[in-house]
Amino acid sequence: MLGTHTPTQKMLELHNATVTFSAPGGPLVRAVDGVSLTIPSGQFVVVIGTNGSGKSTLLGSIAGTVRLDGGSIHLAGHDITRWREDQRARLVGRVFQDPRAGTAASLTVLENIAVAACRGRRAGLSWATSRSLRAEAASRLGGIVPGLETRLDQPIGSLSGGQRQIVTLVMATWRRPDLLLLDEHTAALDPAAADRVVQATARLVREHNLTALMVTHSLAQAASLGDRLLLVHRGRIALDVHGAAKRRLSPDDLAFRFDRLRSADQLDEAAARSLSELYV
Amino acid sequence: MITLLSTWTFGVALGFVALGVFVSYKLFSFPDITTDGSFTLGAVVATVLLVSGVDPALATLGGMAAGAVAGSFTGMLHAILGIEPLLSGILMTTALASINLVVLGRSNVPLSGVKTLLDRAETTLLPAARLLTFEGAAAGEAARLGFMLLAAAGAVLVLYLFFRTRLGTAMRAGGDTPTMARALGRNTGALTVFGLAIANSLTALSGAIVAQYQGFADVQMGIGMVVWGMASVYLGAALVGQVRLGGALLATFAGSVIFRQLVAAALRAGLDPDWLKFATAVVVLTALVAPRLLVRRHQASVAR
Ligand SMILES: Nc1ncnc2c1ncn2[C@@H]1O[C@H](COP(=O)(O)OP(=O)(O)O)[C@@H](O)[C@H]1O
Ligand SMILES: [Mg+2]
Repeated sequence: MLGTHTPTQKMLELHNATVTFSAPGGPLVRAVDGVSLTIPSGQFVVVIGTNGSGKSTLLGSIAGTVRLDGGSIHLAGHDITRWREDQRARLVGRVFQDPRAGTAASLTVLENIAVAACRGRRAGLSWATSRSLRAEAASRLGGIVPGLETRLDQPIGSLSGGQRQIVTLVMATWRRPDLLLLDEHTAALDPAAADRVVQATARLVREHNLTALMVTHSLAQAASLGDRLLLVHRGRIALDVHGAAKRRLSPDDLAFRFDRLRSADQLDEAAARSLSELYV
Repeated sequence: MITLLSTWTFGVALGFVALGVFVSYKLFSFPDITTDGSFTLGAVVATVLLVSGVDPALATLGGMAAGAVAGSFTGMLHAILGIEPLLSGILMTTALASINLVVLGRSNVPLSGVKTLLDRAETTLLPAARLLTFEGAAAGEAARLGFMLLAAAGAVLVLYLFFRTRLGTAMRAGGDTPTMARALGRNTGALTVFGLAIANSLTALSGAIVAQYQGFADVQMGIGMVVWGMASVYLGAALVGQVRLGGALLATFAGSVIFRQLVAAALRAGLDPDWLKFATAVVVLTALVAPRLLVRRHQASVAR
């Protein structure tokens, strides 16, 4: 791999990233254990793993909600290891698992979008909701969910969870992010809504040619979406499939790979079983 | 007539406290005890400036600025040192108790013989009050009330416009859902500091005006102001229900005026002033609980 990518093609680079949690009185937990990872620009990465394997911590350490105890993170040519969460938001767009975490319920849909439209810029004293913002919001939202453009002036809290996640997606990508982070952003939704949000995600990532990291618990999503699949286990990347292998990846194929990892002692019994149940 | 007018004037003057509490508590979910201390601070600073011959408008602005500084300190205790909101406010208001006493020099300073902002307003607006057929002392009181209403309208308008700018909208978003605001690049700690500065400058403005209205500053005058503000906010909200920003700001002011009326009526009906704070607590409780009970009753009747 070395030498085949120029620096601009490397969008995200983690070097030996480590995050340790110490619950008071409890044992130390290496939630991210020396992860090194390079993601080229424009790659759509799907992340899977059992509960507690460290997926959210990995994404959080990139977003800046979790501090690294060791290692470094470079994003879009910047060493962001010591940047605060709000500073990293200049480069990173995020969608959370909980629709309530990504939108301000008491503000209208348009006001939420107005805040997103200033992501990474000075807010200043000009009007938040201009006529042109309204027109663009109507066309962008209506283009994904017909009818949503009529609800711009309603409090976003009055929208369904699925609609709120769609708006959050549009907000996260309103200004093109260098990296889009999605942490189980369909997990809180019913299957039909989850499907619509996934469709919208795939479409936005493709349309804007985004670099994205998406954590999912859905087999359909893990097999059908993305250019690369990462399996996180005990804070490490246990499996990394990309290129043609990822395109060919079937559920059976995944089960076979889980088996092989287990026999090589890179995956414990319980994890292999719960992974097979989750994804295969 | 004069009593009614002065009850109104007082209610409007205290409405700035209610606005401040609206900003800190409703927009930022920050129960800000600093309110008690910054009300007195505004009064004390304005009084000292007035007594030393500073122009009334400047003296009032000086009180406001002092409140803004106090509020931003509370915000920093929370945002930088991670001290929880209630404790941050308690610490600040405790410190302010000493500061207020030192600034004022003694526990009570009269403004006799000093021309205040309200005297000036009275002179300016007296012809207008006479035009509205107010006479004698009532005309003076009406002129003062007119000035207070204009100031209140101005404050509501400025706040309304500010909270619709990009910065103001980001502040509301940060107060509502900090995770969202941070994910979109807003420094929520800085926004909280700024929000509390705005809130406490409004509270201090109220203190500065009340001192000039009643003709003295007293180091005890801020006690219970945060509860007053909450009472007004909740009373206003109970009156109008779910409304947008502009409506909520106006309702907050209306809540303060109505609350003052209730207090005056209770005193006239023979309420022992010793029980005033108790009654205030009961009113806040009622304003908190009544809307919820009404909603439940309504839902029950819809379900049936
Ligand atoms: N804030 C925290 N404090 C202590 N331990 C944590 C914290 N966040 C996560 N952990 C622990 O780190 C491990 C990884 O958690 P997480 O990244 O949330 O996993 P996942 O998202 O894959 O389910 C778990 O063992 C979890 O208990
Ligand atoms: Mg997780």
